[in-house]
Amino acid sequence: MKKYIIIGNGVAAAGCIEGIRSVDRTGEITVISEENHPVYCRPLISYYLEGKTDPQRMLYRSPDFYEKNGCQVLYGERAVRLCKESKQVELADGSLHPYDALCIAAGSTPFVPPFAGLETVSRKYSFMTLDNALALEKGITPESRVLIVGAGLIGLKCAEGICGRVASVTVCDLAGRVLSSILDDECAALMQRHLEQKGMEFALGDSAARFEDGRAYMQSGRIIDFDVLVLAVGVRPNISLIKEAGGDTGRGIVIDSCMRTSLPDIYAAGDCAEGMDASSGQQRVLAIWPNAYMQGYTAGQNMAGSHAAFDKAIPMNSIGFFGLHAMTAGSYEGDMYEEKTETSIKRLFTKDDLLKGFILIGCKERAGIYTSMIREKTPVSSVNFELLKKTASTTAFSPDIRRKKFGGVV
Amino acid sequence: MKRVFVNEEWCLGCHLCEYNCAFANSGLSDMALALKGKPIFPRIHVEEGEKISYAVSCRHCEDPICVRCCIAGALHKEDGVICVDQNKCVGCLTCVLVCPYGALAPNEDGIMQKCELCLQNACGEPACAAGCPNNAIVYEERGAAE
Repeated sequence: MKKYIIIGNGVAAAGCIEGIRSVDRTGEITVISEENHPVYCRPLISYYLEGKTDPQRMLYRSPDFYEKNGCQVLYGERAVRLCKESKQVELADGSLHPYDALCIAAGSTPFVPPFAGLETVSRKYSFMTLDNALALEKGITPESRVLIVGAGLIGLKCAEGICGRVASVTVCDLAGRVLSSILDDECAALMQRHLEQKGMEFALGDSAARFEDGRAYMQSGRIIDFDVLVLAVGVRPNISLIKEAGGDTGRGIVIDSCMRTSLPDIYAAGDCAEGMDASSGQQRVLAIWPNAYMQGYTAGQNMAGSHAAFDKAIPMNSIGFFGLHAMTAGSYEGDMYEEKTETSIKRLFTKDDLLKGFILIGCKERAGIYTSMIREKTPVSSVNFELLKKTASTTAFSPDIRRKKFGGVV
Repeated sequence: MKRVFVNEEWCLGCHLCEYNCAFANSGLSDMALALKGKPIFPRIHVEEGEKISYAVSCRHCEDPICVRCCIAGALHKEDGVICVDQNKCVGCLTCVLVCPYGALAPNEDGIMQKCELCLQNACGEPACAAGCPNNAIVYEERGAAE
């Protein structure tokens, strides 16, 4: 009977378990979980603070998930070393656990820049885990003035989650715009205006030079007083286990389209891994939930002896703030088609007869039709793109493709 | 498994499927009471091109990308039917971002709803197919989905 070990217990691990079980019903699966929670929906922690969900509903799978899948979960345990020769994982308590196939789904860790005086700030929080969110919830009151460092996805979701529960929220970022990893200047400005209308304040293109407890002295000279500080600057993939074992790493653990690392019988998936971005053709960390699941699933299938590949990973995000949705996917390169109103922007990017990427703010209908064109590399010349660029509609596809899609005729 | 299929040559573009869908999922027994004078949020919609029209609803894919991408664990498969647990959905619309058919749209509260083949409502089988006046929508077995 095969022995599988999964390091990590997030969505990539859940995908890995389901991937293994799609091939092997009986092998032993051991999950090493630093967090003392069964797999939960990490991106929902801001929705929890907003009152839209609770820890019970945030469970990703049913309460009998591990039992049903014959998994042993070691909660509160941390893997500290891989012995690749003897194929064992060493935990912090010194115990050794043998594997036939191993998956590193260890996620990432919040990165905290060395701000001067940060240690003097008494109420400071990260915003990555359910425990972080529960701690932050305890730390805020209706009178709290909150300063969030980082105007990316995590920082802004945190801001949305708490803004109804505190006196004020100010978000600062070294970048000159919000959501700088997924929006360009003009799209970011539209979202920022919307957030400002909802009461958020911003200090962009600015960073803290030093902190005192309750006060940030910004590079610009501005002084921001706060009661609660949230650090959401960014994350670093957890790559040390593989790196120390001599495996290939870049920003993340380097994987191929089968989720294999450079070390034998060791796979990696999720936020700690660095795979191919099918939209740009470049190797990069794609730290998003859907890719984590699919990478985990593929790793699991292959750990159990299958020959599966996942080569359609692209960056994509659907993220709403106070009712205004931004959907983005792929890479923003090539020719741009644009439609704009006061409250919406659509930008589609085409190059080499392919749709490479898009940004849609306030116009979300049937966006998946665009996303699938990027994933599937559908030639723009094979569809009625004049029609498609105005409206995401399958009527732009040829009758044969439509019949196949909707008539079940293959 | 029986699924919903459309024949675009026969679709009249009458949108009756949208009304039948909204009514079947309203939980009410009187169609006028359920729909009259209200915006409707059906789980099927008619796509209209220059010379064609046809209805689009969930394909209940064998390998559903929406389920794999759902960040809330709300979408799942039950006996081949893709279902949404509205109690878990937070309305992030990741499923809308990935559905290649453009088959998904949220309800009036921004929470996802979707075609579940009317198996759980009073209709018992897809109301869109049952009420289509020209048999452009059918509910039948045609082998595996994509």
